[in-house]
Order: sequence, then C-alpha cells, then structure tokens
Amino acid sequence: MKLTDLTRLGKFVVTSEVGPPKGINLDKMLQEAEYVRGRVAAINVTDNQSSVMRMGGLAACKVLKDKGFETVFQLTCRDRNRLALQSDLLSAAMFGIENLLLLTGDHIVLGDHKDAKPVFDLDAVSLAHAVKRLEEGFDLAGNKLDGEAPRFCKGAVVSPCAEPLDPQLFKMEKKIKAGVEFFQTQAVYEPEKFEKFMKRVKDFGVPVYVGIVVLKTVGMAKFMNENVAGIHVPDTLIEELKKDKEKTKSGQTGVEISARLIKEMKGMCQGVHMMPLGWDDKVSKILELAGV
Amino acid sequence: MLITKVKTKEELLPSLTGRVLVIPCLGCAQSFFPVEEFNKLKAELKAAGANITSEVVFDYMCREDFTERRLEIYGEQLAAADTVLIFSCGVGIQTFAGLLAEKKIVSGSDTFYVPGFPGFTPSLHDCEQCGECRMGLTFGICPVTACSKGLLNGQCGGAKNGKCEVDKDMECGWQRIFERMTALKGSDKGLKEGVQIRDYKKSSL
Repeated sequence: MKLTDLTRLGKFVVTSEVGPPKGINLDKMLQEAEYVRGRVAAINVTDNQSSVMRMGGLAACKVLKDKGFETVFQLTCRDRNRLALQSDLLSAAMFGIENLLLLTGDHIVLGDHKDAKPVFDLDAVSLAHAVKRLEEGFDLAGNKLDGEAPRFCKGAVVSPCAEPLDPQLFKMEKKIKAGVEFFQTQAVYEPEKFEKFMKRVKDFGVPVYVGIVVLKTVGMAKFMNENVAGIHVPDTLIEELKKDKEKTKSGQTGVEISARLIKEMKGMCQGVHMMPLGWDDKVSKILELAGV
Repeated sequence: MLITKVKTKEELLPSLTGRVLVIPCLGCAQSFFPVEEFNKLKAELKAAGANITSEVVFDYMCREDFTERRLEIYGEQLAAADTVLIFSCGVGIQTFAGLLAEKKIVSGSDTFYVPGFPGFTPSLHDCEQCGECRMGLTFGICPVTACSKGLLNGQCGGAKNGKCEVDKDMECGWQRIFERMTALKGSDKGLKEGVQIRDYKKSSL
C-alpha cells in the first residue's frame, strides 16, 4: 500500500524504522519489526545508516514484506552511481516494494569506512527525477525499458527546524518538482517551529510525516544539539530528562516526551515517522499515549 | 590553468541583465584562450541585445593580490556595471567573487580537464575542471568544489550552524550560495529550474 494512498483516504500515517544488521543474522531486526506489527502502516529500512556498512536494505525489505510488513525502501546516493541506483530500483519494483525514501545520504567520513570513495553521482533531487523517468518507462540515459514500467510512491526528507530554513524549503520544492510525493522529517522537538514550517509548506500540497526520535538520555540530547544538523532539543526537555534519573533510565520519560510531541503536532501534519533507534518496544506505548 | 571554452549565446543571454562588464583573464601563458570564439560570442551577444558597456582584462585572476589591485584600478567600470561576465577558469571566478561580494557574476566559459596540470597559483578556491561551469547560476560559488558532496541541486540536511557535516571548520557551500544570493538580492529562480545532473564525459579527456 502506498503511503500517499492512505493519506488520500484521510488516514493519519504512522511509520517506524529498522536498520539491517551488520551481519546476516536478522533476529534482532525482525524482533524490532514485530514490536510495531499492526501499529504502523509501514517500516522504513535504512540504507547503510550513518555511513556504516550493513546488510542491504533491499534484501531486508524483501524479508519484511514476505512476513507481511509494508516497507519503505530507503535509498541513498552515497554508495551507488546512477546505474546501480536504477538497477536496485528495478529490483525493488520486481519484489513489489512500492514506497521509497530517496536521500542524498551522510558523507562517507561520518561512518566506519572513512577511506572509501564517496559516490554522490546523483543527489536526492536527481534520484527522484531518475525514479520518475523509470515510471515513465525510460532509464536516465533515455533508453526504453522492456515491458511494464515500475510504479513507486516517492518520499524524501526535509529538516523543519534547520536554521536557516530557506535552503531547506528551496530543496523541498525542487524535490517535489522532481516527483517526490511525501516527506518524512528530521526529528522535531520544537512544535512551535514545526508549526511555522508547516505554514510555509502548506501550498506545496504534499503530505508531511513528522519525525520523532525517542530521547534516551541527557547525553544523547546534548550530543544531538552539538552534532546533529537540524535538531535542537530545548533545555526544558533536557531538564525533564534530568529530573527523575530512574524514570529516564527506564525509558518512561522519553516515552512521555515523544507522546506529548506527537499530540501537539498531529493536528499540523499528515502523519508521524518514529525513529526509535533500538527502542522499538516502546513505540506502541508512545502511539497509544499520543492517541494515534 | 588550462583549457576553457566559451559558452553559447543561448546559455548566457538570460542572465546578462543591465549593463554588462566583460572581463577576460588572459593570464596563463600556457593556456589556450579561444580569442576568436570570444570575439564572435561578444558580437552575437551585442546583436541579441546584451548591453555590454565595457571590457577590462584581469590577467591571473586566480591570484588574489593581482585581482584585488585590479578591482581598485577598474573601480569605475565595476561600479557602472550590473553584471560582470567573466571568462576565466573556475579558480579565477571564485577568487573574483570572494573579493567582490556585492556584484552579480556570470561565468562565460567552461573549464576543461587537463591532466598533469596542477594550476598556476596556489589558491583556497578549487576548480575541478568539470567542463560545465554552473557558477553563473550559483552566484560565483562552485557547488562542485565548495560542497563536500558536490551537490548540484541544493543543500543536504547535514549542515549545522552553517558548517559542513564532514568538518566543523568547513563552511557549507550551499549556505554560502544562499547567503550570497541574499546579499545580491538575487532570485533562486535559475537554481530552481530543472534538475542538474553532471555529465562526467566532460570532465575527462
């Protein structure tokens, strides 16, 4: 099922995320997926997340699909040139994987193979354009595809709390023009900034699913404030994490904060994208508390 | 550096607004400067309505001290111009843009790859000799070399406080492009149009 079809039907779209293992044992990933079974419309599968080499997302999507999960196949431009990207897209279509999340990707030097060659032959915009061309029955070089053309639901990302915001909005518009149909966002901890962002993108007419990363520790919040682009965890939330150490350690504080954020923002957008980073067992509780 | 080829009238004309000052760099003795094509292009642009009001030569534009001095010498011509049309390698254009933040710059030529030629002047600016100079669109800042990923269609999500995700001391190239666009009161219309994809055939011999 395409995520945008759910939005068209008036449904509030909830997605979550898993990362393939660094190895070939899928037990942990499948357990994480089971935690959210029935609670989410689809599960994103990351692509060498944070530039760390892992099992391929396409294979993981196929395994999840066979177990009855709808997936969102994440595809970055860091590790593959335009031939490899298009080839993987055709493979995904052949497996019946419809939802895509098209990303530029983190730089190689942030990961565990710092000496590798960064590709970036395409970027998120030109990749969306390439997908559109495949859907029209042609590859990027203009050659005709044999037989039936693939059909996808094309997603991309945007960072609503980035400063300055204009370059992000510019890119968002370019992505839409290139064929992107929905957006999942970077983690948001500032609903008032998100509200302003949503006002500015209202006329774009594409569904936005707000990103939620569950806060695990004070250190994690501070680390993100220092190092992660487009994320600012306000002091009030950091204080809340500090207040009751046991409660924070058990995950309860993070669950409550996440649920509250979703409650505040669910009326502003068309869905929520959970990035539990291993705390998949808490997603169900968060959604329940948030009333979605 | 190196080998340049002048762009076409069709590519340049839409960006040549107002009074146009033409600046060729004839610096590198080894370089091939396409004089004939350059003169022909100027005639074509004039015939098509471009308001080319004057022309001055900036030899070795890549050398910051030379260019700084010439900006003083030709202050009058520069002040009178709305658009500066530059014919140099990518390093020259970026050196010029870096010294004159408030002037609209259009790149008149493409710089092609020459193996074994390391460049004439050591510079902080870099030209990858991609053979399809986009700096007329990107306000004199090269997205291929100023962005760590060489992104052509805008900023990625990795910039924090204006710095690149690969290095906290490196400015985000796309943020620089936007800042310069804002300073020039420029429009992002040109940048927004179409999907930019590199043609790697042009960056090798």
